[in-house]
Amino acid sequence: MTLAEKILAAHCSRDKVSPGELINVRADLVMSNDITAPIAIREFRRLGVKRVFDPSKVVMIPDHFVPAKDIESAEQAKLIRDFAREQGIVYFEVGAMGIEHVLLPEKGLVLPGEVVVAADSHTCTYGALGAFATGMGSTDIACAMATGDIWMRVPPTIKFVYHGRLQPWVGGKDLILYTIGQIGVDGARYAAMEFVGEAIDALPIEGRFTMANMAIEAGAKAGLFRVDRKTRTYLKGRTSRPYTAYVPDRDAQYLAVHEYDVSSLEPQVAAPHLPSNVAPVSQVKGVEIDQAVIGSCTNGRLEDLRVAAQVLRGRQVHPRVRCVVIPGSQEVYLRALREGIIEALVWAGAVVSTPTCGPCLGGHMGVLAMGERAVSTTNRNFVGRMGSPKSEVYLAGPAVAAASAVLGRIASPEEIS
Amino acid sequence: MKLTGKVHRYGTNVDTDVIIPARYLKFSEPAELAKHCMEDLDADFLKRVRPGDIIVAESNFGCGSSREHAPIALKAAGISCIVATSFARIFFRNAIDIGLPILEADDAPSGCQMGDTLEVDLESGEIRNLTRDTVFKAKPYPPFMMELIQAGGLVEYTKRRLATGPRAQ
Repeated sequence: MTLAEKILAAHCSRDKVSPGELINVRADLVMSNDITAPIAIREFRRLGVKRVFDPSKVVMIPDHFVPAKDIESAEQAKLIRDFAREQGIVYFEVGAMGIEHVLLPEKGLVLPGEVVVAADSHTCTYGALGAFATGMGSTDIACAMATGDIWMRVPPTIKFVYHGRLQPWVGGKDLILYTIGQIGVDGARYAAMEFVGEAIDALPIEGRFTMANMAIEAGAKAGLFRVDRKTRTYLKGRTSRPYTAYVPDRDAQYLAVHEYDVSSLEPQVAAPHLPSNVAPVSQVKGVEIDQAVIGSCTNGRLEDLRVAAQVLRGRQVHPRVRCVVIPGSQEVYLRALREGIIEALVWAGAVVSTPTCGPCLGGHMGVLAMGERAVSTTNRNFVGRMGSPKSEVYLAGPAVAAASAVLGRIASPEEIS
Repeated sequence: MKLTGKVHRYGTNVDTDVIIPARYLKFSEPAELAKHCMEDLDADFLKRVRPGDIIVAESNFGCGSSREHAPIALKAAGISCIVATSFARIFFRNAIDIGLPILEADDAPSGCQMGDTLEVDLESGEIRNLTRDTVFKAKPYPPFMMELIQAGGLVEYTKRRLATGPRAQ
């Protein structure tokens, strides 16, 4: 069995599962946020159930439109706050919260071998820790909150092998953009992606979160990594719960195996309006930008801010550009403060925000006007994603976003270092 | 059950951000969401759409975010059914969960144009283009999913389950 199949088999009390089978899976964690939970709560009430199946395994996080950007968003945030109090579930208020997919692993709420279902498509992020995590809609999550389980079709697994050593300034974002560019936005539709190889072994845990996060951008159900020393180091001090590090069988069956030599890979950029519209930065450099966003569940972790600060320290954001930096959680924010990262970014002329999904989905904290163009470390560049349907988003890693902020156009960090 | 309606024809990778832009996710009421359905992709959709109409699209319909607001908005705007070459998996779940019929049919999109009249038989999976007098066959649902659909969606299905069995421990 593959990594995904092993975890799923263990969560439906079976010795073996095969791709295509419909199974009922026990969930170790069921999560929703300020835009998906209101509908989940409405459907939960319709079920006629009084209490969630286990309050310690149900999480709600306000993160998309908070601190509330307008009255309607405040009402939605209030709705989930009230529900969380009523049910005694796990809840993080503004001031304690972070972007859900940055926060949950930090708090030790997701461990290797676990199954997480959540009403957010980027739930697949937790695959970085060797968990099977997948996004669903609000009704699915309402039912999972009531029963503690959910139906799933066992996905086939596609294996991705990355050979070679990465060049400076190249990280997880570049690997996953390159991969999506190769296979397309539905290249892994319904499948689990399993990421392995020398370049993966060397990748910091943050880079793995970034890669797993964007598995959905290839249509995947999950994106998984094996547990190694880096995973265990990350988990140290975050949990006292036991966990299982599953290993795929030697004779595991894969739908396909893709092998890439990434030793000469340049930083990658996805041009509007699909995450698969990918080119090396050298082919897109020169495109003028109005805004650079560094943050999100994709690239809002400490290592991402370190890279941004490395480029921006002692330099100035281009006078025509707004550079918006959003630490993914309070922990990231605090550690970035202590390391002097925040100070360097503010000196450079960036604005630094409290954790929020904000501009990634055109919510607040940097919405684009008609005709404006952004380079962003977020995950989607669909029409209207960050604001006006006549604006444009180029996706990139933090190094390219920071270099572009300085030069006022899409740029490689090599150009200024 | 047979559904009949005019076709709204779209291409590949129709994402949830264009089905219902995130700027409206501060709402969750179906009627409010319906007011903005498809506006970033097709400004005329809301002027044109009539109750019972059918969307026909190519591959990977509904890709992107998990927002259930997307099928809710389409259903509330009057769409009775979606036919596509393929669907993104979360959209597929969401549509079945809320009782919006969706059908996968490889050759239907190439045989349908904007404004054609379509008749869809949900039981047999037969898709009839009444304007062009052509017939297409949708992929059958697995039995479990048919059970979900016949129950009236996941909430009704789960209600029955809860009435008969224990919850997970």
